[in-house]
Parts: sequence; structure tokens; C-alpha cells
Amino acid sequence: MFSFLLFRMGLLLGLCVFFLLGGVWAVDRGNFKTCNQSAFCKRQRALKPGQSSYRALLDTLELSDSRLTLQLINDNNKVHLLLELYRLQGNITRVKINELKPLKPRFEVPDVLIGEPPTEPLSVLSRDDNGLVLSLGVESQRLIVSARPFRLDIMEGPEVLLSLNSRGLLAFEHLRLRGGKDKEEDGLWEETFKSHTDSKPNGPTAVSLDFSLPGVEHVYGIPEHADNLKLKTTDGGEPYRLYNLDVFQYELYNPMALYGAVPVMLAHNTQRTMGIFWLNAAETWVDISSNTAGKTVFGKMLDFVQGSSETPQTDVRWISESGIIDVFIMLGPKPSDVFTQYASLTGTQSFPPLTGLAYHQCRWNYNDQDDVKAVDEGFDQHDIPCDFIWLDIEHTDGKRYFTWDPHKFPQPKDMLQGIKDKRRKMVAIVDPHIKVDSGYKIHNEIRDKNFYVKNKDGGDYEGWCWPGNSGYPDFTNPEMRAWWASMFAYDQYEGSMENLYTWNDMNEPSVFNGPEVTMHKDAMHGHWEHRDVHNLYGLYVQHRATAEGQIQRSGGTERPFVLTRAFFAGSQRYGAVWTGDNAAEWDHLKISVPMCLSLGLVGISLCGADVGGFFKSPSAELLVRWYQTGAYQPFFRAHAHLDTPRREPWLFGPENTALIREAIRQRYALLPYWYQQFYQAHKTGQPVMRALWVEYPKDTATFTIDDEFLIGRDLLVHTVTEEGARGVTAYLPGLGEVWYDVHTFQKHNGAQNLYIPVTMSSIPVFQRGGSIIPRKVRVRRSSECMENDPYTLFVALSPQRVAEGELYIDDGHTFNFQTKKEFIHRGLSFVNNVLTSKNLCPESNFSTKSWIEKVLILGASKPSKVTLKMDGKETSVDFEFDASMSVLTLRKPGMNAGADWAVVLL
Amino acid sequence: MKSITQMLVMMILVVGFGSAVEVLRPRGVPLSKRQFYEEDKPFTCLDGSRTIPFDRVNDDYCDCKDGSDEPGTAACPNASFHCTNSGYRPTFIPSSRINDGICDCCDTTDEYNSGAKCENTCRDLGRKEQEVLQKMAEITKEGFLLKQQLIQEGKNGQQEKQNKLNELQNSKKELEEKVEALRTTVKETAEQPEKEAKERHLKAWEEQKAAVQAEKDKNKMAEAFLELDDDADGLVSVVELQSHMELDSDADGSVSEAEAQALLGGVDRVDTAAFESVWSNIKDKYVSESQPVDAAPADATPEEIKEPVTDNDSDQYPNDEDLPEEEEDEEDEDDDYPEEDAPPTARTPEKKDENEEAMPPYDDATQALIDGAQKARENFEESERALRDMDDQIRNIEKEISFDFGPEGEFSYLYSQCYELTTSEYIYRLCPFNRVSQKPKYGGSETNLGTWGTWAGPESNKYLVMKYEHGTGCWQGPNRSTTVKLTCGKETVVTSTSEPSRCEYLMEFITPAVCQEPSSTDPQRNHDEF
Repeated sequence: MFSFLLFRMGLLLGLCVFFLLGGVWAVDRGNFKTCNQSAFCKRQRALKPGQSSYRALLDTLELSDSRLTLQLINDNNKVHLLLELYRLQGNITRVKINELKPLKPRFEVPDVLIGEPPTEPLSVLSRDDNGLVLSLGVESQRLIVSARPFRLDIMEGPEVLLSLNSRGLLAFEHLRLRGGKDKEEDGLWEETFKSHTDSKPNGPTAVSLDFSLPGVEHVYGIPEHADNLKLKTTDGGEPYRLYNLDVFQYELYNPMALYGAVPVMLAHNTQRTMGIFWLNAAETWVDISSNTAGKTVFGKMLDFVQGSSETPQTDVRWISESGIIDVFIMLGPKPSDVFTQYASLTGTQSFPPLTGLAYHQCRWNYNDQDDVKAVDEGFDQHDIPCDFIWLDIEHTDGKRYFTWDPHKFPQPKDMLQGIKDKRRKMVAIVDPHIKVDSGYKIHNEIRDKNFYVKNKDGGDYEGWCWPGNSGYPDFTNPEMRAWWASMFAYDQYEGSMENLYTWNDMNEPSVFNGPEVTMHKDAMHGHWEHRDVHNLYGLYVQHRATAEGQIQRSGGTERPFVLTRAFFAGSQRYGAVWTGDNAAEWDHLKISVPMCLSLGLVGISLCGADVGGFFKSPSAELLVRWYQTGAYQPFFRAHAHLDTPRREPWLFGPENTALIREAIRQRYALLPYWYQQFYQAHKTGQPVMRALWVEYPKDTATFTIDDEFLIGRDLLVHTVTEEGARGVTAYLPGLGEVWYDVHTFQKHNGAQNLYIPVTMSSIPVFQRGGSIIPRKVRVRRSSECMENDPYTLFVALSPQRVAEGELYIDDGHTFNFQTKKEFIHRGLSFVNNVLTSKNLCPESNFSTKSWIEKVLILGASKPSKVTLKMDGKETSVDFEFDASMSVLTLRKPGMNAGADWAVVLL
Repeated sequence: MKSITQMLVMMILVVGFGSAVEVLRPRGVPLSKRQFYEEDKPFTCLDGSRTIPFDRVNDDYCDCKDGSDEPGTAACPNASFHCTNSGYRPTFIPSSRINDGICDCCDTTDEYNSGAKCENTCRDLGRKEQEVLQKMAEITKEGFLLKQQLIQEGKNGQQEKQNKLNELQNSKKELEEKVEALRTTVKETAEQPEKEAKERHLKAWEEQKAAVQAEKDKNKMAEAFLELDDDADGLVSVVELQSHMELDSDADGSVSEAEAQALLGGVDRVDTAAFESVWSNIKDKYVSESQPVDAAPADATPEEIKEPVTDNDSDQYPNDEDLPEEEEDEEDEDDDYPEEDAPPTARTPEKKDENEEAMPPYDDATQALIDGAQKARENFEESERALRDMDDQIRNIEKEISFDFGPEGEFSYLYSQCYELTTSEYIYRLCPFNRVSQKPKYGGSETNLGTWGTWAGPESNKYLVMKYEHGTGCWQGPNRSTTVKLTCGKETVVTSTSEPSRCEYLMEFITPAVCQEPSSTDPQRNHDEF
């Protein structure tokens, strides 16, 4: 939600200027820094490409089996740096640069990597005065270290894949004592933004490095920005900023920082995909430039025709305020390899409980228990499925999290039991700011245990947030996190039950009266400044703190469900992310696609945008279109601002109710597929919601598409996001492939732009020929109610008349799939007119009551007979054939979903 | 594989007076549709789309597009299941609720294969409903009686209002005539003589003043003659005039002999009698030898001094306190207003010129005429005021009459009443046909939650809901509005308020005025749908 209330708080704080801007519907940019207003960014950006002042001291080379170290010297100030190079398993190179002898340790980001990454041997192939050549594992890849000036080049065969410091922008501000030789430049030892002064006791500590990507014209990632999927060049403009901020009414299509930050960039061309993971949690800015950016399509063609020698190249520069340089270069070469490589470093998407993938109904705020009950009943009255009802901050007793408003929610357990009786769940918000109130148990304990973040003078840091004056627990402290987790125990969190889950908002952290609405950088987390850990804070809140608390309360058996607004690299391990406080505008609906696609590229698959838009009030048309889009995005939650009119799905007339009902039903029918995709994401790190180029990496037509997307490999979604649309044009990728309209089963060829006429009920979705998708078409009021329901298999034949797919089933909510291998994982394939189901994991064990009620084979021809072979027996299966669409329907074959079987078309 | 073992169920229905009849039909089929499901005959989907063998009815696979082949399973997305609910009311549920683990039918028949532990609660529900219905019936009955009273009172009231209105409209005519008559009286009978008498009085006084002036002039002339006649020869000569520089008619700095002679009418000297005509030529310029030259403007001085003092008075207050000052000033002005408008009194001329002697008070006859006219004016104004008041009354009554107080005027008793409800935080106030407001319990200003808009109930009965609109605006939101739901009760009372959506309030209001006539049949409803 939020910071809209800033307006109200604003009055309290005397920030009346806000009020004057009340009519202006946009971010107040003046509240957030530009690069020029951030002293280190200004300083670093002033450094122009040229000869680097750094030189490698080759005689300091030390090489152990897997680690190479080398000193660098800055010829200007003679400060020595230590370069460490590692070859990591899975085609990753790690480059670390730190001061050789810093005055005191510099911050290195903990808890993001899932472990010390396993290394592979490095060997020196050749060496001379100018540098050395290292072998990168078995492939023909080499790492060339040039000494004077220092630069690194990663090569494969004759090609340079990526170069570091090739533009000489390596800069490492060493720790120093104040009053040294340096002149007291502005912003070195103190800097002021608006009314806030940052005391900067450590002085300048920024680090920066450039990367050149020859042959690359498309770079992606570094979320969170409300911008297109393909990153733009930043020449002459602002760099992309990574600094977790609570931005009130964010603007679209610009590089301003938002709630979360994942410092991972992907570079892609038809030959290769690579990734750069800049492991730094401080404020970070990323500049992108390209030698082809200014060229017109005609100019590029001219180059091509004339055989112009200039290779397209993208140059990237990372600038961080503190910490060290720690970069992981993921060398692909395929997109899926990069995802695997990144997952090997930071882990994969947590496997959510099945219910988490269903529909969520949220609003700031459901007023009271009766309101919750009425909404719950509303879904049944209108026969609309719903799994979750959410409670925002007003449910608490005066914004004291872990409590309930005694008047509005006097009997939370009765309420939760009522919801449980419908096999539904609830989420209650728990924000990380704690009301400073000596009558509040949580506050007292945190204060007594000395768990609060400290201000620069050593006292408990205090700032304004929803409850008024608030403390901020130091989630970087493992003891604090353990204590916080324990607060979710049923006997600690009064009124909680097993069907109550958690939402962490405001965890950037949001501090209404802080600089840029966040925490002062000179606040202290133990020995470290907030400056060092800022972008990590949100991850920690959601992390071992909240998600771990949910796991612990169940004795370690139940999977948690936690939604967070702030995030960092690794946040995928702990739950869901949403795109924050969007608005009920068509452009916000559109931007939800690239925003979630960008998150998917950097490991965070469980992403969604507030359906309907948080601020403002959507038209019925926009709301319907948003449901239709949200139904096909991973995290599917409707949410609304406190001051907007109610917008439960049935409040817009019977026609719109029916349209919304249908969209949500499509989601529920597809839950088996979604669940299977998340199982895969959890196992492999592949994104669930995928950019087209991920699956079609050689098809340049896909490289900039961000108004449509894939779910897994097999569903292509191009929802309607234009007001009054009569049609959409979808690009169907894949030369020689076919796609089937999931509603009409009409077949279309790949590698074409397809115009699709649309009405209000249209949700253009296509199934890839060659895939098998399981659905549960008996949609019920919640996903739990559908547990034992039968499956319908949608077999979409490729032009070669083959198809394959999977079916994953487990209990839907425990870790038993992991700890006891209690799951069913079937491989489904259609080859030579035989559809078979075989066990992909023989050591697994789980039984299901679900069975196969129907099989639809799209693109089929009419068989004379269909038989089912199971348990050594053969039985005849009834079928129907629709010649107009070439759809063969097998009637009630009836086999158990976990069984081995074969269906033969004769 | 799922197989539905119990395709046909034996149903025991309580029909009529408790005699048990066994009726066989497929699960989920209401008795009314039983004839479409005949065992051993092919089944035709109820939409006629296709015909299937009867063993495909309720076989847990959806064959009919309309779902009619699966009334007792969850196989069809658009089918519905019939719960007989003996002892309570029969109902249909979406077939997606069959065996979903949640007890929907009170007779538990929807959960025959889910493992859900449902208890048959139909009898309990039936009993409770019965109690509620009975209570409701009582309330309705009493409420309806009250409503009849309200209707009668409303009618009486309405009639009274109408009568009053007619009466007022009649009286208004009379009053209008009276006002017209008075207007004439004032003008012709009272003000005309008043004016004439005043003019007479003024004229007499002016004549008197002129006489006095002439006398003064004469004295002055005599004095001037004596002053000018320096040699006291009883004649004023050219030379004697020449010493008076102010008489320099061609402004050359001296009074020449010719000038002096011209002033004396062409002669060298004049005597007192002849001086009269000379005096009239020179009196405006002539300056007495004994008088200071600049004495003339003295009379203006006191006022000039006084005025700035008043200005200074208001300037003493700092600017930011202007507002209350101004308000006071306005009030003062209001107070002054009748005074300014008042007819001139005897005092008025006195004020204008202090040098002159005051006009003498009106003589008794004139004063009597003035008093008479004043009285006539006051009478006239009073009548005019009365007319205005009457217009207001008429308007109010017309407004009240124009409200839609229901088909029988049963809501008219709510007019100009207010009903309050106090919650933990606020006092809510509903003044029907006027406005809804909210006031913090512990101090703070009142917020308008909407003024009377319209009846907004469903088409079947719009008088079940009132809508109050255009209340105080919400920040970046709509203007506050309130929906008032009316339900039948014996009392007239606000029972609850809520704000389901920001700035959209909902109020529950009980009134006998919406009580419907109890149906002539027994309120016990029939349990069976056939």
C-alpha cells in the first residue's frame, strides 16, 4: 500500500507543501535524489572513460587451486587493492576487488549467497610482463588479465565476450582519515539532501566498475523499475537507480528507484546470454550506453549492407556507495543456463503452497469481522472462487503489529475459523516499524533486548511511520530475526491460526520523515552503517524473520506464504513480491507485464501487481481487463486504496461480474499447471512468467516484446491492456511451430504477427503445439476444495504430431515433497499416436484421489478406436471427434493421476 | 476411478401433514424435474442438445452443455444441485459445492463422498426460522397497525398542511391588498401632507433666515460705511475706498481712482443711502478692518481633527486580527442601517452648518403630520414583513407537501425529526428528508454525510432505501453520501451505521412505515417447492 497517508502524516509533520500538491497525480520527484544530488554518484559519473589509473602488479600473483589473487595499484594515490578471481562451477567467474589493507573492514554482503559457491580449478596458460592468460575450465574460454592499465577480458575462442575496466572506469574510494591530503570536497564527509544531513563518518567509500559487452544490443534486468523490459541507454539522462524506496505514486517509464533492488543484469544476443551479478547492497546506480543506440533501423541496415566493421556493443557501468566490488559473471550461454547459474548462487524461487497461486482478495481495509464475513460470503453468492482475504494495517490495535483492533476484530480466531470452514485463508499485515509505546509488548521486548537499529549517536533510531513514532528492529542481527520468528508462534501471536499468513510492507524500510522516505544512512546496524545494508533490509524482514517464523510455528512442516514489497537478490527464496503502490490506469496495467518479467529474469518468479490498481478507482472495463491479465500472472491479488470506492468483483453489474468470474475461473482451472511451473522454478531457477526471448533466443523479433509473455514454455499470453480495444496483435514465435487458441482450439502458425479481434470476454492465450497441459476444469470456491478433483489433459500436437508435458502433484502445503519425497511427478508424452504417463521420479511416493476425466487432443485426426492400457489390461475408451477444429476428446478414461498408463489411438 | 455408487437415492420427504412418501429420483434432481429423468430410457439434455444413455446421468462426467446430466455430481461447471432440506427450505446450490468438503445443504446431501462430517441441521434451522418468522410476523403485524396510524396521521397532517396552505394563500391575498392599500396611504395620505408641512416649515424658516441675513447685512453695511468713512463726513469717498486693497478689481496691486469711482457707481462719494448699491458690489470682497483675514475656515477644524482619531482607532489592531474587527464593523453597520434610512429629523440641518442657527423645531401641527407619516410607514413595513413571513410559511409548507412521503404518506411523520445513534467514536444523526451527519463523541465539528437526495430502493419498492448525497467532500475521494436502509419495526430508530466504502455510509433504520400488510395466510411457510 501506501505512503499516500504521508499526506495526512504530512500535516502532522508540518510538511504542508505536500498538501499543496494534492491535486497533482504523480510522484514528487523532488523527494528523491538524482545522480547529481547523490554525492558519490555525481563524483563517480564525473569520471569519464579513458586510461585507467589502475595497474596490476603481476609479481604479487598468487594462485591456489581455485583462487587467484593479484594486487592492483592506483598510480594516482598508490593505494593497493586486492583482486581475487574465482572460477565457479557452472560457468561462472567471480571477480572480487577490495582494499588490500583497508583502515577497517569494508562491508561484504552476507546471507544472499546460499553458500560459498563451489569453485573449479583455474590455471595460468601464459604469462608475460603485460599480463596473463587464465584458462576458464574445460571450455575454450580464457580470462586475460592485462596489467597496464589493468583490465580483464573474458574470451571464448577468438571472441571477446565481456571486458572489465576496458573503459577505465574502475574507481575504488579507499577508506581514509578525515583531514588528510585530500581537499575537503563537497559531499565527501557530509552531505545534505533537503533537510537531512548524512554525517558520513567514514568519508568517501564508493566503488565503481565498467563492463563492455561486444556484440550485445539488448540488456535486461536490474529491477525494480517501472520501465520496459529491454533496458534503455542512460546517456544524457539519469542512470538506473537501485535503492529500495517507498515511492508515492511512482511514475512509469523512468529509471527511478522503487521498492526493491536486484543488482543482476542480463545481456543477450542471438548467440549468447550472459549475466552480471553485482553483489552490493548499498545505493547503486547503473549507466548503460550503446554504440548503436543512436542509430536508426535504416542506419543499422546500411551498416549491414556495407559490411560496416563496427560491432554493436553495450557498455555498462556500476556505481555503489560503499562495500566492495564482488561480481559474478554468468557466462550462459543459453538463457536457461544463466538462470541456473544465478540460482546456484542465490537459490531458487520458494515453492509456495498451492493456495498462494490462487486468487487473493485484498483491500485497505476490510473494516471488521463482519465485513470479512460478508466479503467471504459475497464470493460464494456470486460463485467466484477465492482463496485468501487480506487485512491491511487497520486490523491492528493502533498499528501495533501482531495485535488486533479490539472493536473491529474482537474475535480473530472466530473469524479465521469461519474462513477456514470455507477452506479459505487470510493474510494479516505485519510491518517492520514498531510503535514506540511502553504499553506494547513487542516494542518493550525489542528495546529491552537492544534489537533496534541505532541512530548515529547510539540511541534507538526512531522515525515516523503508520503508528507515529516508530523503532526499526535490526533485522540484520540473526538474534533479532530468531526472536522475530518466534513471535509468529501461535501462543505468541494472539488470535493467529494456521490459516493466517503474513504480508511485510514498508520494509524498504519506509520512514516518512527520513531522507527520501527511508532510513538515515548513518543509522547503525551493529558495526555497519545503514548505508552498507540498505537494500538488504527488506530481504531480512521477509527472510528468516517472517518466513522462518511461519515455518517454525508449524514445527517445520508447513510451507510459508509471505508477501514483501522490498526485496534484494535472494528474496525469491522467501515468498512473493508485488509491484507496490500502482494506480488504476491503463499504463499501470501495461507496465505490470515488463515489471514482473524483469523480476522473473533475476529469479523472482512469484510476482504480481495490484489488480485494479492501488490508487484511484478503475473503470469497470479497466478492472475487468486487469482481472483478465492478473489471472495469468503469478501472484494474483486485487487490492485497493483506503479512499477508493469498494470494488469487490460483483460490484460492477452482472455482466462485469460474469467476466471477472470467468477470468478467475480460468486461473483456477489452470492451477495444476501453475503449480507445476513453480515446482520447476523451485527445482531449477527457471522463471515462471517468461519473456519470449528466453524461449526463442535466436528470434530477434522477440527481444523487445513486453506486452505478451509465456507461462513456462507452453502458454503464450497476450492479454488486452488497451482501453476500448477491438483487437490485439500477438507475436506467435517459433518458425515451424504451431499455437492453439486455448478457448477455440484454433491452430495458428508460429513466427507471425497474429491479429486477434477481441471482445470484453477475450483473454488471448495460446498453447504451444507439442505441449501437454493439465487442468482441473471443475472450479470450486477455493483451491483446497479442488484437491481431489480429476484432471483434464490438453494435448496440443506439434506439426510432427508429438507432444509432451508433466503433471506434478503433492499435498499442496507441506515440505513433505522435499523431506519425504511425497509427490507425484509424471512425464506425459504423445508419440506415435500413443499418450503415455510415466513416473519421472521413481523414488517419490504419494497417492492422489485425482484421476483423469478427460483428454483433449488438439490437432488430432479421427481414430477408429481408442484403448487404455493399464495394469496389463486393455479397455476401450469412448471418444468424440470435432472435425472442424481437429479436436479429439477422450471421454472419461478414468485412470488415477498417479498411475502408469498408455492411451493408444488406432 | 470414481464411480458413483448411489446414482439414485431414496428420498423421504415430508409432505403435507407429515405422511411419509418415498420418491425415487437421481441425486440432485428437484421433484419438479423428476419426469425428465426416467430410468432405463435415454436421457435428453434439458436444453435438448443431445441424448445419452441413462447410465451417463450422474456418472461424474459432463455430457450435456447445460449440465443437466450431472445434477448430483460436480462434473459440470454450470449445473446445480437440489437439496431437499426436509424440515427447512429446499434450495439449489452450484454443483461445484458437491463434495467440496464444506457442508452447504442442511440435510448434508451435498457431501456424500468427501469425508466432510456434516450434521443435519435442517430441523434446527427450520425451528429457528420459524421463531424468527413468527417474531417478524408479530412485529410486522404491530408495525403495520402503527403504520395505519401513521398513514392516518400523515393524511391528517397533510390535510392540515393543505388547509393551512389554503388559509395562508387566502390571507396572503388579503395581506397583499392591505400592503398595497398601505403603500397608497403612506404615499398620498400621510407623506404628501408631511412633505408639504415640512416644506412650509422650511420655507418659513428660510424666509426668517433671509430676513435675519438681510438685517445682518444691513448692520454690516452700516459698520462698513462707518469704517470706510475715515473722515466721518457721512460720505464714503473714492480716496477712502482706495485704502482697501482687496477691492482691487483689475488685480494690478492698487485700487485706482477710476476703479474706486466705478465701485461708487461713477461718483466721487456716496452717502449711506447710496452706499447700499455700492455695498452689494463690494460686500463679497470687503474685509473688515477690525477682522483677521484668515478666520473663515475655522469651522472645519474640529471635524478634521476628529476623523483621523477614528482611523487611528481601527489601526491600533494588528492586521491579522482584522477579521473579528470587520465582523464587528459589519454588525455595527447593520445596526446603523435603520438609522440611516430613517426620515430626516429636526436635528439634521443643525449638523450641517454650525454657523447657521438651528432650524426651529417643527410646530405641533407639522410634527403631528410627521409622526403620522412615520406611523403609516411603520405600519406599511410591518405589513410587508408579515407578507414576507407568510410567503416563507407558504414555501415551507409547499416544500413539505412536495416531498414524497410514500404512497400513503406514511413517512411524513419523519419530517423535521432527527434520530441519533451513538457509537464508540461518533454520534450519528439522521434527519429524514433533510440530512445525515456525524459528530465526534468527544468534541469536534460535525461532518455532513449527505443531504436528502432520493428514494433509492429496488424497483419493487423504492421506499426501502433512502439516499443522502453531496455531503462533505473527501480528500481525493467522492463527496460523502449515505444509504439508509429501512426495515419494518415497531419503533423508529437508527440501529446501525457503517462505512462499507470510504465516505460511503450505510445506515440501518427501523420504522413501522415500511411494514407490509401481513399476508392473510398463515405466516408458516410451505416447506416444499411443489
